[in-house]
Amino acid sequence: MKNRIKVLRAERDITQAQLADELGVSRQTINAIEKGKFDPSLPLAFKLAGLFRLTIEEVFQYED
Amino acid sequence: MSKQSESWKQVNKRNTANLAVWTLAWTLTMAVVSLGPKYIWENDASISLIAILINTAIGVGMILANKRHLNGLDELHRKVQLESLALALGVAVVGGLSYSMLDVANVISYDAEISHLVILIGLTYLVATVVGLTRYK
Repeated sequence: MKNRIKVLRAERDITQAQLADELGVSRQTINAIEKGKFDPSLPLAFKLAGLFRLTIEEVFQYED
Repeated sequence: MSKQSESWKQVNKRNTANLAVWTLAWTLTMAVVSLGPKYIWENDASISLIAILINTAIGVGMILANKRHLNGLDELHRKVQLESLALALGVAVVGGLSYSMLDVANVISYDAEISHLVILIGLTYLVATVVGLTRYK
């Protein structure tokens, strides 16, 4: 699953650590999601998209 | 903003410290149970029984502390732990029974000790956790 988290963070000048703090997860988890190594659960994906005031589809793109 | 994260980090830190204390207590009481009969209470069965009961009770506390620790982790770390524990359990069952069969069939010249299995489980869990965490770096 691809995502735009890195771009969205850069646009808002947010670090991985800050984002992790907001979501109540570790920085490593944010890094793994950002790099596409780990797919977040639906609640975490909703929370993440909500933080950027976007829909899930605007943050994550499913690919086969 | 950092209120939520601080509490999550604090909870995780407290759970880890809590687990460390229970594990240390269990290890120490296990040492007392193992060495006590010979060096402290001269094979008094009733004292041995009390020591074993205390060790078992602390072991239950350690199990619950481990469960609390796992529940407090975030989803990535929970996944890493799940994979490590699954591997450790698999190795314990398959490796343990194979090892026992080697003893029963007299293929090995020494007795298959449970301590060997515990070491194997511990090492498997440790390596699997390190590999898992490295994979998601």
